[in-house]
Amino acid sequence: MDGKVLLTMRHIKKEFPGVLALNNVDFTLRKGEIHALMGENGAGKSTLIKILTGVYQMDDGEVTIDDNKVFIHSPQDAQNSGISTVYQEITLCPNLTVAENMYIGREDSAWIRRREYERRADEILTKLEIPARSTQQLGRCSLAIQQMVAIARAVDMKCKVLILDEPTSSLDDKEVNMLFKLMRDLKAQGVGIIFVTHFLEQVYEVSDRITVLRNGELVGEYRTEELPQVQLVSKMIGKDLDELSSLKENTDSEKEEGEVFYEASTLSSTQTHPFNFKIRKGEVNGFTGLLGSGRSESVRAIFGADRITGGIVHIKGKPAKITKPIDAMKHGIGYLAEDRKRDGIIAELSVRENIILALQVMNGFFKPISRSESEAFADEYIKVLQIKTANRETPVGSLSGGNQQKVILARWLLTHPDYLILDEPTRGIDVGTKLEIQKLVLKLAEEGVSVTFISSEVEEMLRTCSRLIVMRDRHIVGELKGDDLNQAEVMKTIAGGKA
Amino acid sequence: MKKSFKNIFSNGLGQLTIPIIAIIILVVFNLFRDPSFFSIEITQNNEGNNVFSGNLISIINGASELAILAMGMTLVTAACGGQDISVGAAAAIAGSAFVKVLKAGETISGGRVILAFLFACIVAMCFGAFNGTLVAVFKIQPMIATLILYTCGRSIAYWINGGATPTFSSSIVTAIGGFIPGVPIPTPVLIVLAVAVIFKLVFHFTSLELLTQSVGINGSAARLNGINSTLIKLLSFIILGLCVATAGCIGVSRLGLINHETLLVDIEMDTILAVAIGGNNLGGGKFKVGGSIIGAYVIQTLTITLYAMKVSSTDVKAYKAIVIILLVVIGSPVVKARFGKFMTKLRAKKTNACVKGAE
Repeated sequence: MDGKVLLTMRHIKKEFPGVLALNNVDFTLRKGEIHALMGENGAGKSTLIKILTGVYQMDDGEVTIDDNKVFIHSPQDAQNSGISTVYQEITLCPNLTVAENMYIGREDSAWIRRREYERRADEILTKLEIPARSTQQLGRCSLAIQQMVAIARAVDMKCKVLILDEPTSSLDDKEVNMLFKLMRDLKAQGVGIIFVTHFLEQVYEVSDRITVLRNGELVGEYRTEELPQVQLVSKMIGKDLDELSSLKENTDSEKEEGEVFYEASTLSSTQTHPFNFKIRKGEVNGFTGLLGSGRSESVRAIFGADRITGGIVHIKGKPAKITKPIDAMKHGIGYLAEDRKRDGIIAELSVRENIILALQVMNGFFKPISRSESEAFADEYIKVLQIKTANRETPVGSLSGGNQQKVILARWLLTHPDYLILDEPTRGIDVGTKLEIQKLVLKLAEEGVSVTFISSEVEEMLRTCSRLIVMRDRHIVGELKGDDLNQAEVMKTIAGGKA
Repeated sequence: MKKSFKNIFSNGLGQLTIPIIAIIILVVFNLFRDPSFFSIEITQNNEGNNVFSGNLISIINGASELAILAMGMTLVTAACGGQDISVGAAAAIAGSAFVKVLKAGETISGGRVILAFLFACIVAMCFGAFNGTLVAVFKIQPMIATLILYTCGRSIAYWINGGATPTFSSSIVTAIGGFIPGVPIPTPVLIVLAVAVIFKLVFHFTSLELLTQSVGINGSAARLNGINSTLIKLLSFIILGLCVATAGCIGVSRLGLINHETLLVDIEMDTILAVAIGGNNLGGGKFKVGGSIIGAYVIQTLTITLYAMKVSSTDVKAYKAIVIILLVVIGSPVVKARFGKFMTKLRAKKTNACVKGAE
C-alpha cells in the first residue's frame, strides 16, 4: 500500500566550517505518509530540514517534488513548492496578533481585509480546537498555544509537505492527541508529513515510516511496524538501551534523614501562590504536573527569577533572603532555565565565555577570570560533558540544541553548586544526551549536591527523582515517594485522585 | 604573520579586517597621489618648540576627540543596543564647566586645571547617568532618551557661559590642546593613547567586557546569571560621560575659548559611524573598542585626504558619504558571507589542484 512518491532528496551534502553536517543523505517521502526523522543531536536532522525549507543551501545533491526537480533557495521558494514548516523553536512574531501571524508574508493574503482574515483564523482555530482568539496578541499566549498557531498557519497554507520539527516538545498529552488527530486527518488528505521528535512513543503511535540519521550519515529507512523500539534506539545511538532502565538503583530512602539544605515556607512570587518546599542534601526531587501547572514558576521563585512577594527561606538552617538570581547564586544555587534560547545561552559569545559566565558573575566585577584560566575551565568541561564543538571559541549559537544545553550545564557545574535546579534539561535533545544528563544528576546527588529536576516526561522523572511534588493549577496537590513513585500514581495525583 | 593572515580568512572576515583594509587603501591612495603626503617635518611652533608637523600628524591629532568619544560609544552600543546622540551637546556642557572653573580664580595654576577637569568629568558623568537612567531604568530607546540632551545640551552650555563665549589664556591649557614643551607629539594624541590604555586596563582588571556583551546579546539570560543589566547599562553611559568630558576639554583647550554653538558640533554622527566602521554591531552585543578607534582614524584620514585634494568643505560631506556607503556595504553580513563562501571554494579548488598534481 505504498503511496506515490512525493518528495525525494538524493545525495544531500552540507558542510559547515569544521563540520560535515550531512554526507550523502537520501530521504524519500510518499503521499499520505507520516515519516519520522530520527537521530541524536548533531545527527543532521535539523540541517536536512533547513535545506528542505530553504534556510540553508545544500552543497551537493538533488531534490524532487512530484518527480520534478526543484531548487529551493529561500523559505519563499519552499512555500511556493508546497513545503510548510513548524519549527522546534517558535519563529512567529510575538508582538502581532494570532491572525496576523497566520497570514503574514503569504502571497495569497496580501489583499485580504483584516476582518476577513480574522474570521478565517477564528474558523480554523475552532476547527483545530485551539483555545485562542484571532485578535489575541501571540506573545501573551502560552508556548503551547503559540506552537499550535504555527501549525494552524502551516495547515491553512494547503501544503503538500508538512514538516513538524519537535512540535510536541511543549505540548501536554491532551494537546498532543489533538495534534495527532490533526496529523492523521491531513495524512488522509494526501499530505506528506515529516515528523521530527525525540519522543519515541509518539513515533510509534503516529508514524508509518522511520528514517534514521547518525553523525550526518543515513543509517536507513524502515517501516515503523518492522522496527522494534529497542532497535531504533540502538540504531540512533549505536548502543543498547539496557542502561536506561537500570539507571536508578537505590537513591530512594537513603536520603530521608539527611540535612535539609533548602527550606521555604509560604514562598510566593508574582507568578505563584504561596507554597512550602524543602530539599535535603544529596536529594533529587522534582516538580511534576501539566503544562502551566506552575512547576517552572515555583522553581523560578526559589531562584529569585521572578519578583518575590513573600515567604521565609532557610538555607542550611539559617534564614536567607533571596530576591534576585545573584542572591540565590551566592547561596550555592544554580538554575538551568526552561527556555534555553531565551534564558540560557548568550548565542554570539563563545563556548568558553558561556561556560565561565555564572562563575565570573559570582566572583564579582573586579575579579575577572584570566584568559588561560577560562580556557582551562572550558577545555575541562568540553571533555567531561563531551560537548561537540569545533573548538572552545565557537559561538555557542552554532552548536546543536543538546550541546548548547551541555554548555549551560557546564556553566552551572563550574560554580560547584550545592543545589542545582534543572528545568526541562532534556527538552528537545536526543536520547543519548538525555541519558547522560540523567546519569549526571544521579552522580551529582551522590556527591552531595541537591537537585530539583523538572521534565515533561514523567518516566524520566520517575527514573531520577526520589520524591515528586505534584502540581495542579499553580498549587501543590501532592507529594509522592517510595512505592508511590509510579506512573499510575502520578497520573492519579495530577488528575486529582479520580484516575 | 602568514598564519594570522590565514586565520582572518578561515574564520570568515574578522571584525577588524575591513577598517584595517580601509585605512591601508586610503594610505596607499594618498601615497600614489602624492608620495610626500605622509612626510613628517620638524617645525617650530608659535611657542618656539620643535614639533612634528605634516598631514599624518594632523590626521592623528584631529581625530583625537572622535577616537575618545568612539571608545565610550562602543560600550553604550554594546550594552544598550543603541547610541547616544547627545555626545556633542554634552561635550559643550563639559567644556563650559571646565572653563567656568578655570576662570573662577585670578590665575590659572596647574592645580586649578586639574580641578576644572575633574569638575567637567563629574558634570558629564551626571548627564551620562541621566541618559543612562532613562535607558536602563525606564527602558526608553537610547536614541530617543538622548534626544532630550541633544536638544537642550547647548542651551545649558549657553547658560553656564552666561551667554558669552569666554576666552582664557594659559600656557598649561594651551599645552593640553597643543604641545607640551619638549614633546614633539601633539598632546591630544597622547591623551587618546592614555584613554585607550585605561580602557585596556579596565577590561583586564574587571569583567566589564564579558558582562557588557552578555547584557547586549541576551538580557534575559544575563539576568538569570545574576548580572545586574540596569547597572551595566548605566555604567556604560557614565563611562561615556568621562569620554565626553575628556573630548570636550581637549576641544576647549585647542581653541582657548568655549563656543557652545560650535564645540564638537555634529560629532555624534561621526562617532556612531566610527563605531560602525569598526565592525561593531549597532544592535549591541559583541564589540571591539580597537575597531572604533581605527574607525575614527578612517573618517579623519578621509576628510583630510579630500581637503588635500582641494575638495571644497561643502562638497566633502558628499564624497565622504560615497566612501562610507562602500565601507558599510562591504562590511555588511551579506557581502561577508558571500566572500567567505568564495574563499572556501577557492581553497577547495587549490586542494583539488594539489591532489591532481600529486597524482
